[in-house]
Amino acid sequence: MKDILHQLEAKRDIARMGGGQKRIDSQHAKGKLTARERIELLLDEGSFEEFDMFVTHRCTDFGMPDNKPEGDGVVTGWGTINGRMVYVFSQDFTVLGGSVSATHAQKICKIMDMAMQNGAPVIGINDSGGARIQEGVDSLAGYGEVFQRNIMASGVVPQISLIMGPCAGGAVYSPAMTDFIFMVKDSSYMFVTGPDVVKTVTNEHVTAEELGGATTHTRKSSVADGAFENDVEALAEVRRLVDFLPLHNREAPPVRPFFDDPERVEPSLDTLIPENPNTPYDMKELILKIADEGDFYEIQEDFAKNIITGFIRLEGRTVGVVANQPMVLAGVLDIDSARKAARFVRFCDCFEIPILTLVDVPGFLPGTKQEYDGVIKHGAKLLYAYGEATVPKVTVITRKAYGGAYVVMSSKHLRGDFNYAWPTSEVAVMGAKGATEILYRSELDDPEKIAARTAEYEDRFANPFVAAERGFIDEVIQPRSTRRRVARAFAALRHKKGEMPWKKHDNIPL
Amino acid sequence: MFNKILIANRGEIACRVIKTARKMGISTVAIYSDADKHALHVQMADEAVHIGPPPANQSYIVIDKVMAAIKETGAQAVHPGYGFLSENPKFAEALEAAGVAFVGPPKGAIEAMGDKITSKKIAQDANVSTVPGYMGLIEDAEEAVKISNDIGYPVMIKASAGGGGKGMRIAWNDDEAREGFQSSKNEAASSFGDDRIFIEKFVTQPRHIEIQVLADTHGNCIYLGERECSIQRRNQKVIEEAPSPFLDEATRKAMGEQACALAQAVGYASAGTVEFIVDGDKNFYFLEMNTRLQVEHPVTELITGVDLVEQMIRVANGEPLSITQDDVTLNGWAIESRLYAEDPYRNFLPSIGRLTRYRPPEEAMSDAAIVRNDTGVYEGGEISMYYDPMIAKLCTWAPDRGAAIEAMRNALDGFEVEGIGHNLPFLSAVMDHPKFVSGDMTTAFIAEEYPEGFDGVTLPDVEIKRIAAAAAAMNRVAEIRRARVSGRLDNHERHVGEDWNVALQGKDYDLRVDADPKGATIRFADGTTMRVEGDWTPGDQLARMTVDGAPLVLKVGKITHGFRIRSRGADLKVHVRSPRQAELARLMPEKVAPDTSKLLLCPMPGLIVKIDVEVGQEVQEGQALCTVEAMKMENILRAERKGTVAKINAAPGDSLAVDEIIMEFE
Repeated sequence: MKDILHQLEAKRDIARMGGGQKRIDSQHAKGKLTARERIELLLDEGSFEEFDMFVTHRCTDFGMPDNKPEGDGVVTGWGTINGRMVYVFSQDFTVLGGSVSATHAQKICKIMDMAMQNGAPVIGINDSGGARIQEGVDSLAGYGEVFQRNIMASGVVPQISLIMGPCAGGAVYSPAMTDFIFMVKDSSYMFVTGPDVVKTVTNEHVTAEELGGATTHTRKSSVADGAFENDVEALAEVRRLVDFLPLHNREAPPVRPFFDDPERVEPSLDTLIPENPNTPYDMKELILKIADEGDFYEIQEDFAKNIITGFIRLEGRTVGVVANQPMVLAGVLDIDSARKAARFVRFCDCFEIPILTLVDVPGFLPGTKQEYDGVIKHGAKLLYAYGEATVPKVTVITRKAYGGAYVVMSSKHLRGDFNYAWPTSEVAVMGAKGATEILYRSELDDPEKIAARTAEYEDRFANPFVAAERGFIDEVIQPRSTRRRVARAFAALRHKKGEMPWKKHDNIPL
Repeated sequence: MFNKILIANRGEIACRVIKTARKMGISTVAIYSDADKHALHVQMADEAVHIGPPPANQSYIVIDKVMAAIKETGAQAVHPGYGFLSENPKFAEALEAAGVAFVGPPKGAIEAMGDKITSKKIAQDANVSTVPGYMGLIEDAEEAVKISNDIGYPVMIKASAGGGGKGMRIAWNDDEAREGFQSSKNEAASSFGDDRIFIEKFVTQPRHIEIQVLADTHGNCIYLGERECSIQRRNQKVIEEAPSPFLDEATRKAMGEQACALAQAVGYASAGTVEFIVDGDKNFYFLEMNTRLQVEHPVTELITGVDLVEQMIRVANGEPLSITQDDVTLNGWAIESRLYAEDPYRNFLPSIGRLTRYRPPEEAMSDAAIVRNDTGVYEGGEISMYYDPMIAKLCTWAPDRGAAIEAMRNALDGFEVEGIGHNLPFLSAVMDHPKFVSGDMTTAFIAEEYPEGFDGVTLPDVEIKRIAAAAAAMNRVAEIRRARVSGRLDNHERHVGEDWNVALQGKDYDLRVDADPKGATIRFADGTTMRVEGDWTPGDQLARMTVDGAPLVLKVGKITHGFRIRSRGADLKVHVRSPRQAELARLMPEKVAPDTSKLLLCPMPGLIVKIDVEVGQEVQEGQALCTVEAMKMENILRAERKGTVAKINAAPGDSLAVDEIIMEFE
């Protein structure tokens, strides 16, 4: 009997060594951890339960029968993050380069199916050379099976992808369909076609890092939602993110004990808005002063910085924040910011995360570049996302809320639940100067008259009261009490039931 | 007594004067420029009058505007604070003409002391010790040698028109005097077109020590001890204390009596300060007299118990002094740290912007210590470019110097300022500097001890270990809270372990955290233990703990796997990891941040509207390099340090993204 027990341990030891010490050393030399080490850091200590440790591939070509490593290049299973269940797969670059075979894909599919059935997030750690060429179409079929499951799981359980090595070709489309992608700086890249093919086809000379490194995807392409310095930091930060997310779409977002008074008053917010309406200020200060303990988990920090998206907690409960950032391009809406915020709003709505919108928006960015690139449809994405969202929606206008952009930013007209405005806010079709120039075109050559008209317009419209008269603003609030007001609003909305008419699915302007 | 007083100043000193006026039952009037509409002094005063645009020369120092404000409000007296109009005889004259009391000395005293040469002559006539020197023209090198011998070596040979060290030589003997005279003369001729030279005593190991005097209109004058102000940066005082650790009773008395003699020689009546330079042998020489309330007056108030502003107001009201010299006793020790909106890591460049956080340590008074903070700003307020960058004066008092320094260390650790660059870390560093602690300093302290500027503090191992223990205890609280999130798998919760590794400042400690309801006992791998207690909870930005009973005050921020901790001038990343996490973290490559110090990066997406420099040009710190327009706003980018432009990558009209390289330096 004891022998058999020893045998199991011996077999496990072999499986745990993956591609062997040499390859592990080489992985470490690249600044990367092994598949199992990554899981250790991702999950609570000792909580990992592995599946399919002894699975091997079934390929019979190209001498593969002689090379059948246990686990087949991916470690799968489940464990907990702060006691909450998650499913995880972690590709093992030390085993056949982490290449995807039919059985490798099967292992991933198994945990995805279980995650769906049992209602827990899927976290994928990607570090793979790509399809296992020896298997041909079997490998592609494996990818296809994973893709289909990504689609089925979308909106049911949160899916998070970590890119911790190469991720190229068709392989990129699995992470692409997950909710969040995080990369590790200098040791990961993602692209559909690599630098060599690019060179052949378009004659562009580009390195893998330039083409698909963390900087490219967080700043230029917006494919990735964040990038971290190294594996350790990335895994710790994903743990932090999971703490904000519900495990599945039938469960409310998590609640955590908190050490911050919901009634906390911040007198300094009374002076946040500068005297001059054209002077920028940092909207992040408001977010941090509203949030429990000043804790903010920003999503897509380096892309379209004119809008801020991310998670905070109020009374220990997760809230998604969307905020215009006056520091960048005056907080204007454009293609990139609309896309970024729209995807974030839809994520929150999928998973019952209430949305706080902080508005200081001068309008949409003008220009041929924007129009040619389709700002009409991209802008509509954010409008659509807000309008369809049934989660609690609380909005605070701090300063400008001009034109169509006012309507887009979670206005009362898009089923906003609590729409507050600071006394400094201006809800209007446009700024006073622009408006008078159109309304009083005939007086344009008389600067004195125009100045008087501008002042008149400012008096009438550069305030929240016209909108408040019509009930488009529920209440004008003191900046200093924003945290208390917003926290109470969400508390009042805890049992909100929002409805959409029956439909197979909607047709958002993609 | 006056019913109403106008304070012709702003910032902390205006607030300071208002406090005393209120205590005396006098109502107060503030004046303010556009930039100070929401300033603290305006909020504190009973009335406030707007006097013009932000630049001081269009508001605070325009006599007519201040006079109009006095007329409008019917103020019977004016306290000028320091700076601005405080030493302007024309202002005193205007007040006199209007029949309004000036809370300061008579006009004649201001005039007499306002001129360097006149004041020195008056001082000499009043038998006040002045720096020996020869003011007349010196014909040739031999005469220079003769004069030098009369004065006594070492001497300083200076160009009359000199400045910035040019045309200046120090001579310790005849040969050097001869040589120095000739080279100074040549340099002066070529630099200033004026080769007149004078010679004076070179004061070695100079300290700046000043005497506070108080005189009334009835001929009484007393001195309230001295203040040592040797910790200066480019003539800007940074740290002051009273008394001086250097003076003995006899010297103090001699200096005080001379200061009073001088004050009486000019018919002084009010609070005033006589500044001396004191050499290593306690020889003291008169420098100048400041005919106003000094910035650093609180240290004198703390050791004498005299409210100088009150005394000034009473003197202005014609009352005789109620205290005599015999009543003046110096009790304990007081230190003042000036908080400047200047970034010590960027060569003390002024920093402006919004105070997103401003929480001074609590003011407290007991027999063991006093904490006093004179401030003119508040959280959410704006530090503008128009005025002095000093935003607060933090003072501590204790029965002896060591305790006063320790109180200052703790007060500085508990002072929270965010949103702007500020010199708190530098102040903390000085409080721990052995030379300062021993009282062994000269006016060259900062230049000598920080020749390359200030780049943070390396804490001693003892202190690092205390912080490690505190971080381990705090981390345990944070981790347990994390493990209490809802939605856990029942009966399979996360167990937060006891064993941790804390890494900071290049050191790391394996330790075990034994927690109990009151705190935690930290057992280090080397067998030592530390007891940590405190009520820190996650999110608190200030942790007030005790480690083995001794207070430890930390500014706490979040980083992955740990905390950013600021204490005693150090800014640390403190990683608290489980042993396994620490083991794996050690495998991570050390990443060197790309050196951007020689690059000018575009701080925001924008359009280059102007490039002010060209390739090969040498630029000075603070010089404008180019202008970037973003959303109709023009942002001028300036050189962070001196350098030569090597390459310019952008031209006017270019649209740049964030962090694109605009130019490179050699």
